Amino acid sequence: MPITHYLVLAVVLFSIGATAVLLRRNAIVIFMGVELMLNATNLALVTFARIHGDLTGQVLAFFVMVVAAAEVVVGLAIIVTIFRTRRSASVDDVNLLNG
Amino acid sequence: MMTTALSPWLIGFPLLGAAILLLGGRRLDRWGHWIGVLASAASFVLGCVILADTLMQAPSERIGTGTLGTWIAAGPLQVAAGFRVDPLSLTFVMLVTFVGTLIHVYSVAYMEHDVGRRRFFGYLNLFVAAMLLLVLADNYLLLFVGWEGVGLASFLLIGFWDHRIENSVAGKKAFVMNRIGDMGLIAAMMLMFAYVGSVSFDDVLGSAETLGTGVATAVGLLLLLAACGKSAQFPLQAWLGDAMAGPTPVSALIHAATMVTAGVYLLVRSAAILEAAPNAQLVVVIVGAVTLLFGAIVGCAKDDIKKALAASTMSQIGYMMLAAGLGPIGYAFAIFHLVTHGFFKAGLFLGAGSVMHAMDDSVDMRRFGGLARALPVTAVTMGLGWLAILGIPPFSGFWSKDRIIEAAFVGEGWRPWVFGTVALVGAGITAFYMSRLFFLTFAGRRRWGSFSGAEHAPGPHPHEAPALMRWPMIVLAVGSVALGGILAIGGAFTAWLAPVVGEAEHHHDPVLPAWLLVVLTLVLVVAGVVLAWRLYVLASVPAQAPRGNLLVRAARRDLHQDAVNESLVLLPGQMATAAAVYADRYAVDGAVMQVAAGVRRSGEGLRRAQNGYVRTYAATSLGGLLVVAAIVWALAG
Amino acid sequence: MMTSTGEAVLFWALAPLMVLAALGLLFVRRAVHAAIGVVAVMISLAIMYIANEAPFLGVVQVVVYTGAVMMLFLFVLMLVGVDSADSLTETIRGQRWIGLLFGAGLLVVLLGVLGRTELPEAVGLAEANAATNPTGLAAILFGDYVLGMEVIGVLLVTAALAGLVLTHRRRIGQRRTQRELSRERVAGVAGGRALTPLPAPGVYAQNNAMDTPALGPDGRPLEHSVPRVLRIRGQQRDPFPVVEAPTTGTSAVEQAEAPQQVEEAH
Repeated sequence: MPITHYLVLAVVLFSIGATAVLLRRNAIVIFMGVELMLNATNLALVTFARIHGDLTGQVLAFFVMVVAAAEVVVGLAIIVTIFRTRRSASVDDVNLLNG
Repeated sequence: MMTTALSPWLIGFPLLGAAILLLGGRRLDRWGHWIGVLASAASFVLGCVILADTLMQAPSERIGTGTLGTWIAAGPLQVAAGFRVDPLSLTFVMLVTFVGTLIHVYSVAYMEHDVGRRRFFGYLNLFVAAMLLLVLADNYLLLFVGWEGVGLASFLLIGFWDHRIENSVAGKKAFVMNRIGDMGLIAAMMLMFAYVGSVSFDDVLGSAETLGTGVATAVGLLLLLAACGKSAQFPLQAWLGDAMAGPTPVSALIHAATMVTAGVYLLVRSAAILEAAPNAQLVVVIVGAVTLLFGAIVGCAKDDIKKALAASTMSQIGYMMLAAGLGPIGYAFAIFHLVTHGFFKAGLFLGAGSVMHAMDDSVDMRRFGGLARALPVTAVTMGLGWLAILGIPPFSGFWSKDRIIEAAFVGEGWRPWVFGTVALVGAGITAFYMSRLFFLTFAGRRRWGSFSGAEHAPGPHPHEAPALMRWPMIVLAVGSVALGGILAIGGAFTAWLAPVVGEAEHHHDPVLPAWLLVVLTLVLVVAGVVLAWRLYVLASVPAQAPRGNLLVRAARRDLHQDAVNESLVLLPGQMATAAAVYADRYAVDGAVMQVAAGVRRSGEGLRRAQNGYVRTYAATSLGGLLVVAAIVWALAG
Repeated sequence: MMTSTGEAVLFWALAPLMVLAALGLLFVRRAVHAAIGVVAVMISLAIMYIANEAPFLGVVQVVVYTGAVMMLFLFVLMLVGVDSADSLTETIRGQRWIGLLFGAGLLVVLLGVLGRTELPEAVGLAEANAATNPTGLAAILFGDYVLGMEVIGVLLVTAALAGLVLTHRRRIGQRRTQRELSRERVAGVAGGRALTPLPAPGVYAQNNAMDTPALGPDGRPLEHSVPRVLRIRGQQRDPFPVVEAPTTGTSAVEQAEAPQQVEEAH
């Protein structure tokens, strides 16, 4: 099977993750959608590394993983703090910046 | 003449008086009016001095000019602040200052209980100053300054009691109609400047023949328009009746003796232009004739004593216009009649003021009657004025008015018959309505007080006027009696005016013999008196005016002149204004407001994109990403 | 480049499962189930990395991503509420259709871009991985990207600090000292509260199962020694059959006493 199938799979996963961000209300589930998107990107990067024969793609994927980990720490800490005060994890409840 | 240099003081005294009175403030309230009287009297005395000096000169030397310097120096337009003392202007100076001073004295008593008396005298002095400026100017532009000044004084004085809005409205009406006339004078000055290059009398009148008939006719007609506005001639006569809203001394001075005669002055001064434009002269005569009849007819139906006198003024000035339009044979008589009219009309108005003062300021003649016993002095002075205006010899009116009628019958073709007949018939109608006025007021049964049979007795207790009001009336009555005769001796007056208006060629005879005209006039006058006697003394006068036939009803409404003015001029103007206001509010303002409203609405619409939900914002970002990706897709490959 | 058949089998086996698990993120109601789905996706991805000649990354995926990040998610879910479930009705008007539209649109557009691109012939990483994959990675990481690596090190430290700071709860009010605690305990006796700590279950009994109540000093079973949940569920056991059960073997006490008696016989 041509190697581009991995790329197609990455695209599909990315779209699903993006849709999850738009459609789900629970903050943690949205965050998981973001993680899904990052993982899809990683898959694409790894596939490109294989295509080009250059390990730079894998290095970039490595960087993405590290940054994602850091982002998850901070993001979940924020969600926990908000949950403590507001007793709700719904992302629709933080709508004070409306016009 | 040596005294010519003093003539600016004729204007200076009353102007100073006006400044002191108007700027002096309330501390002058108790005695300030005497300053006004003094200023006017000072002008009179100076006028006498200048007159004496002028009389001592030979007739050809009697024109004196001088200048106070250059007023406007604007390239080709050079106007000097110059003055001209000649028989015509001196006549007016004497008339204005003499009658003016008498009326100042009268006003001291008439306005005694009025809190604005000081302001009144300030305005009166202002008027005298402006009128003297008008007659002493030696160029049209300076004359125009005086012209506007008297218009302003008239406006201020008509609306003097401005706590009643009708008075202010009457003042505004007078001012606006005067303005229409002023447009004529301005346009005439523009033509003069365009064709002659100057607006001074010497230049314009000297080169009147070189103007060409077309231009001269245009200038003449425009000057006539100005005169109609100022002198309340047809078609600009509707303001004079309303102007009676002002205090009676104002009506006497401004709207009888002096301001309204300024139009006649203008036309007589511009005689040379009229001579060069026979068509304009014809129009002047027609206007005079029409106004003559108009005023007479309206005067027959007025029950308000002041409005009847106003109609009479309109009619008499019509006589003067008629005479002025006849050419050299008429100029002198126009001015002669102007002088005699000034005396007897002012006397009649002051008498009317005395009657009103006695009858609690009522003006309805239907509520007068039989006042001769209660107001003897007033009755006698007004009676003398009445006889003068009728033209009964030997009173003044006879000398001036009959000469006008005679001059009207001079000429060729249809003109003498038409104009002469009009003047003759006008004299008859004048006799009728002036007699009506006199009999309604002084003769017949009493229709006031406990005699009126009305429910609300007892009514007024008429008493004679105080001394300060009586003596001016007496002096004017003496003038009404004697002045005409004195000035007519040996044709003195016509000779006096000759250096200015030219010689009247006496070898023109009227189409009917002169003695016949005198007889016819007297017959018509007596007929008018007898008719008035029968209608208003022998028969009883109803307190409520009877409905009358169509002509009477039309005459009561000034022959519908107000209605015509309103529909022709007022209504289109108001519609134009309303349209402009509408366009401004809905088109101009509307466009601006709609832009603002559009911005606000678009803002409100755009605001909905900021609903605070994170997922909406995420959708927006994704949409943007989609667009970018689509572009990349389109551009790739 | 065409992959080997084995890889194709692996791909076609895993890919549909991954997509289904990812779709679970969209459609399941409970957040915990969604988290499990994402974990499945991540482990499958790790397998795929290894299949794509990136073994180091595959291991890191399992250790870091699945093992740390997703566990962190599960911990937070536990804090937030394991049962938390979304209602499936949409609150923002039109958001469902916009979301589906954009998602589908994104899919289409990205696939289109992908279709248009001309990728070079796949080379494979045999040469790059000559000195094992981690060595190759290390050469690039510490060579070309050393600055970036140091920076993300700083980033990690910052993130850890951020986690501490954001979740720190400030003490409101004074810390209750031992003295106050004991005073409260004594004062509570009047209200019927126990002065001593609760007994552990199964003390003085013959077993220490959680569901068997302990016996007090007077031999009566102490109900509050059994955990409350078991009590509510009715799973606590009656102690007396245990107490009165005949001893089949030597109890620890008898066995302890026996050698003593043996030793005392010597």
